[in-house]
Amino acid sequence: MTDELPGTDVAGADAHPAAGEPLLRIVGVAKTFGTFRAVDGVSLEIKAGEFFALLGPSGCGKTTLLRMLAGFEAPDEGRILLGGKDIAQALPHQRPINMMFQNYALFPHLSVRDNIAFGLKRANMARADIATRVAEMVALVKLEGLEKRKPDQLSGGQRQRVALARALARRPQLLLLDEPLAALDKKLRESTQVELMELQRRLGMTFIIVTHDQEEAMTMADRIGVMKSGKLAQVASPRELYEAPRSRWIAEFVGDINLFDAESRLRDGHRLVIGTRDAGALVVAEPREPVGEGKFSVAIRPEKVKLSRRGPVAEAGHETAINRLDGVIADVCYLGGTTTYKVKLDTGGMLQASVANTARLDVDAYSLSQHVVAWFTPDDCMVLPS
Amino acid sequence: MPKTARLSRFNIASLALGLAFLYLPILILVIYSFNASRLVTVWGGWSLRWYREFFADRAMIEASWMSLRVAAASATIATLIGTLAAVALSRGERFRGRTLLSGMLYAPLVMPEVITGLSLLLLFVALNAERGFWTVTIAHTTLTMCFVAVVVQSRLGSLDRSLEEAAMDLGCAPVPAFLSVTLPLIAPAIVAGWMLAFTLSLDDLVIASFTTGPGSATLPIRIYSEVRLGVKPEINAICTLVIALIAVVIVIASLASKLSSSRGESAAPL
Repeated sequence: MTDELPGTDVAGADAHPAAGEPLLRIVGVAKTFGTFRAVDGVSLEIKAGEFFALLGPSGCGKTTLLRMLAGFEAPDEGRILLGGKDIAQALPHQRPINMMFQNYALFPHLSVRDNIAFGLKRANMARADIATRVAEMVALVKLEGLEKRKPDQLSGGQRQRVALARALARRPQLLLLDEPLAALDKKLRESTQVELMELQRRLGMTFIIVTHDQEEAMTMADRIGVMKSGKLAQVASPRELYEAPRSRWIAEFVGDINLFDAESRLRDGHRLVIGTRDAGALVVAEPREPVGEGKFSVAIRPEKVKLSRRGPVAEAGHETAINRLDGVIADVCYLGGTTTYKVKLDTGGMLQASVANTARLDVDAYSLSQHVVAWFTPDDCMVLPS
Repeated sequence: MPKTARLSRFNIASLALGLAFLYLPILILVIYSFNASRLVTVWGGWSLRWYREFFADRAMIEASWMSLRVAAASATIATLIGTLAAVALSRGERFRGRTLLSGMLYAPLVMPEVITGLSLLLLFVALNAERGFWTVTIAHTTLTMCFVAVVVQSRLGSLDRSLEEAAMDLGCAPVPAFLSVTLPLIAPAIVAGWMLAFTLSLDDLVIASFTTGPGSATLPIRIYSEVRLGVKPEINAICTLVIALIAVVIVIASLASKLSSSRGESAAPL
């Protein structure tokens, strides 16, 4: 039952691309189930040592893409190259890739130790080496003393660690994580996110994580690929994705945003003056990519909106170019660190503003129906095609 | 039910009534199997006489041996085929006609035994097969394999498909993945299925009488033909032995499923 397979990097001796070199290349991969095109021509390059997140709503094809990388589904079209070798049609056990399953898929009839050793036994490793590697993995995920337990005698967090150790034990070239933290409660999820990042950096391993939680993807990943209806909508760093989303849909999916549909535009040097129905004329910095002829919106993140009682606080040189909107507080949502205000603008629209609660006493807080001035700079505005 | 819940008097009474209804006839049969009297209905004191008569009765012993062999062979074949069918049905999520096939697999469960027996008899006659041990065994396999399939399929249905995927991911080819992960997890259900098939076969009169031939009567056939000439107390002794055998099988089966559930798996449905 042991398989001596070319490319199975169990001893860690195989040539592994150096950090920064492309490890995985996905070229025009597509998969159709019946009439449903789950993955629709995805091309992507992932560098060795990268922590990459596939982010998208449920049904966007991210899990199908991951399953094709693991070998549980074969792509109908396209190629998957790992270290230059096409593995698109290889079976799961023939790939130097391991996966951590969403529900962990721990073997209930085996102890923690035997779960972790499972993949090593298949690789024809010597008994002594297996014992050493298992001990190493147990220490890595801090499960000392629980080696003899069965999965049903462990807590959710401990099970998650066993699943991680089992997937890492074979030292795969690529580790796939399918919603690895979805079953944990919020506090544990946050601490585990940090631990996963540290682990990935320490091992220098390449991780691809699938998640529908944008905060999780933003926290952990070096780069994020946002998927929508089987296609990659944007591949970017977390910051770029948040501050420069490529479309209105991505802007709305990643974080909160205020959107105003444009009705007219006027060039003014390096700025555009855009007429909107709900917020009047807004001055925005000229986008890097020229705005096409189609419909577009002006977008502003809530935390970029500043509020004051009287008007914009002077910032050197910016006074003239500032967008200033008058309105009335319509809703207050206190979140601890920040407070989100909904401002009913005099021009008719609604504007969301997120204000950091920098003082313990509520001298800075605004109350319902209070008149406020909302303002933001042209550089903080984005112009997004609809 | 929590262990601390106490039974009310009404519950105790209904439980006693139910148990009496089920077991009183059997209890009387067991007691009368130790009857010294030749008359079935008259108590003549304790004796092991009828057990001695049974063990001296060559025809009865042969019929018992025949029944045990048929039961063991048909249960084994039925377990093999039924397990494979259950695996195919629970795994092939996407093949066409799956619903029809699983419906067809379960139809023999509700088919009157007379029809199953008659159709098999017609088949064996058409094939010109000599009727005896093998025809009964095949007939019993037909009867019991769907029971095995039902038991195994329900266990497979509660099993996470990703377990097998995890095994493949960790270096198992598909068949070793099934053998090293799925098989140990469904083993209690397979054992339970075998025992169910064994007892069903041991118990069957109708299908066996259709498909057996001269000189290869099973125990139920033998008992039935004896009883038609009048009930001898020896029958009580045989029946008591059969009850003891089945009780042992059931105790083993429930111990096996208890063992497996204490290992962290849900108990196999019996």
